[in-house]
Amino acid sequence: MRFHTFLLKYGEIGIKGKNRYLFEDALVRQVRRSLRDVDGEFVVHKSQARIYVDCEGDYDYEEVVEHLKRVFGLVGICPVVRMEDQGFEKLKEDVVAYMDELYPDKNITFKVESRRAKKSYPKNSMEISRDLGEAILDAFPEIRVDVHHPDVQVNVEIRNEIYVYSQIIPGAGGMPVGTNGKAMLLLSGGIDSPVAGYMISKRGVGLSATYFHAPPYTSERAKQKVVDLAKIVSRYSGPVRLHVVNFTDIQLYIYDKCPHDELTIIMRRYMMRIAEHFAKEEGCLGLITGESIGQVASQTMQSLAATNDVCTMPVYRPLIGYDKQEIVNISEKIGTFETSIQPFEDCCTIFVAKHPVTKPNVEVIRRSEERLSEKIDQLLREAVESVEIIEVGE
Amino acid sequence: MKEIYLDNSATTMAYPQVGDLVRKVMCQDYGNPSSMHRKGVEAEKYVKEAKERLAKLLKVEEKEIFFTSGGTESDNLALIGAARANMRRGKHLITTSIEHPAILNTMHYLEDEGFRVTFLPVDRYGRASLQALKEALCEETILVSMMYVNNEVGSVQPVQEAASLVKAYNKEILFHVDAVQGFGKYRIYPKRLKVDLLSLSGHKIHGPKGIGALYIGGHVKIQPIVFGGEQQKNIRSGTENVPGIAGLGLAAQMIYQDLDEKVNRMRALKQRFIEGVQRIPETTIHGLYDETSAPHIVSVGFAGIRSEVLLHALEDKGIYVSSGSACASNHPQISGVLRGIGAGQEFLDATLRFSMSEFTTAEEIDETLQTLYNIVPMLRRYTRR
Repeated sequence: MRFHTFLLKYGEIGIKGKNRYLFEDALVRQVRRSLRDVDGEFVVHKSQARIYVDCEGDYDYEEVVEHLKRVFGLVGICPVVRMEDQGFEKLKEDVVAYMDELYPDKNITFKVESRRAKKSYPKNSMEISRDLGEAILDAFPEIRVDVHHPDVQVNVEIRNEIYVYSQIIPGAGGMPVGTNGKAMLLLSGGIDSPVAGYMISKRGVGLSATYFHAPPYTSERAKQKVVDLAKIVSRYSGPVRLHVVNFTDIQLYIYDKCPHDELTIIMRRYMMRIAEHFAKEEGCLGLITGESIGQVASQTMQSLAATNDVCTMPVYRPLIGYDKQEIVNISEKIGTFETSIQPFEDCCTIFVAKHPVTKPNVEVIRRSEERLSEKIDQLLREAVESVEIIEVGE
Repeated sequence: MKEIYLDNSATTMAYPQVGDLVRKVMCQDYGNPSSMHRKGVEAEKYVKEAKERLAKLLKVEEKEIFFTSGGTESDNLALIGAARANMRRGKHLITTSIEHPAILNTMHYLEDEGFRVTFLPVDRYGRASLQALKEALCEETILVSMMYVNNEVGSVQPVQEAASLVKAYNKEILFHVDAVQGFGKYRIYPKRLKVDLLSLSGHKIHGPKGIGALYIGGHVKIQPIVFGGEQQKNIRSGTENVPGIAGLGLAAQMIYQDLDEKVNRMRALKQRFIEGVQRIPETTIHGLYDETSAPHIVSVGFAGIRSEVLLHALEDKGIYVSSGSACASNHPQISGVLRGIGAGQEFLDATLRFSMSEFTTAEEIDETLQTLYNIVPMLRRYTRR
């Protein structure tokens, strides 16, 4: 069956009162962006609290649906057949043919739901629904009507043309990106942080990202992997400005001066400080991490408190209550998993102590950091100044 | 930044003349050798010329040269093709435990197909044991495969002795040599060595990637593993990679020009490098490093530094090397070869391979040594406690 239009349904936007148009416009922008790389001509427009994508000429149905499914803010994607208005008798024939083709197994229940946007149409919506329902019943003896819980709801909209649709493909949900500001994602090469970025972005938040690399302890490939992950996340979130920070000297300095079992915590505190610096520079309103309570030594409640201690911005941790398997499931769904599991060392794993502290005391950690006072400001300045910025997914 | 490329066992820079020729064949003389018109005949000439060049260098017949997509396919065709064609005589195969994955994994595949495979142990210098070979031979044996030069530690295998031993036991048993690392460094004559099958590759000898050859002795029964238009006497279907074939032929000819001089120079550089490396404490050279080892490969263990870290630190200075063998180093597994030669535990994950070419200079070796003197102590300061 050839579909000429996609009718896009959105959820929460509908209740945003006077700001609704802002959300709708953002959604239209995101829909356009998502179809930018798809072959074909697509006209995206909004009309009566709906967004339509009219497909002109040839296009790949699967590809369009795949791209639309990544747009945050859409709850449903309905493939529509447009029919010319050639009188009600012809419409009956066309709708029966539509049912026949789309539902080869007629042992189903259905109902017809009509909307008459074009008020000059000779029948009202009640009559349209009733008469089309009757025509379908006449054509297929096995089919039955169920007005409360039908297997198939056939929607008929009378506009200048007649729109018929009955399928709703679930959308990504959430809010359109760009309606809720921007946040800075601490992106490693692992499984969790891309998922965390995805989840916050789903609430309409644009993303920047910071990655810490530690040559020669981490390789060009490890960095490429992070760029690849940012690219996958950007299919949902829109463009990501990735900050690649050389962390080697800071890491080695901490290694020289501080107790080894506190290394990871102290390192993470400096990562937060640097990420927050770039977050402010970029106008971000918060930081995002992929932390989940108790997953590793640096993510116990005590460790999280010790890390959080240095942040002045809110830190969003959308995975905080998730089990590893739940996170893996999402990463598989959004397509980051295979990239995440490529085996390259990231800078967190290089110098890990055999027995890192699991219950760090913030006061103790602060005192340990005092040992760094001689050179750390200088090193931080160098790290920030030498940042490499990669625009991903533009 | 100046680049020092010491990873020539992974791949080599093509000779500029090879690049020119490949381009010419691709863009001008691009005919299909199977075409009946002039364009096809023209293309066929390149294939013929390359065959002549290889046949001459190996002292074999032109009709015994077959072109493949590289060393890996040559090895696959030799092992699978010969094993299947000769399985009625028996289903026992022999190889060494330090072969390239193109051999080892093909052997594992044949094990799944119902063949029995013996993997010969090696001595502490990385040379296959002839005694073990003698003991492994049996009535069921149909094929023995042994590499010429090991790609990780540069040990030269006792191919001639092994082949004689095998043929003395039963001349029907086929002997295959993976000469991917040896070709272009040694004069290798299959017929004199009593070798029936021999694999070689283009990009290890300053030729193009994606091209290799297999010598198949005229008497050898072999089955194809690729099916199609029956090119190359139906042993290897598929339109010939004419640019690659022409490039391989030219590269082979060029690398053998003044071979002794080139090899002597590489050997001297290898010696210079080894002497320099030995000044760094807690290092070890794996395998032999006298005249009996390959002239271009040095495998060095640096205790206390993960090879990946040292590799990237050298990379940062523009020096390119491999950890273990490049082919196996994508997945961080410990080298089977290093384990096989009984390398110390502290070196298993701390070994780099430096491999030279005829283009390597004494200055490059000295600069590499100087860089190692600078960064090895620094990196050793920061090891996992």
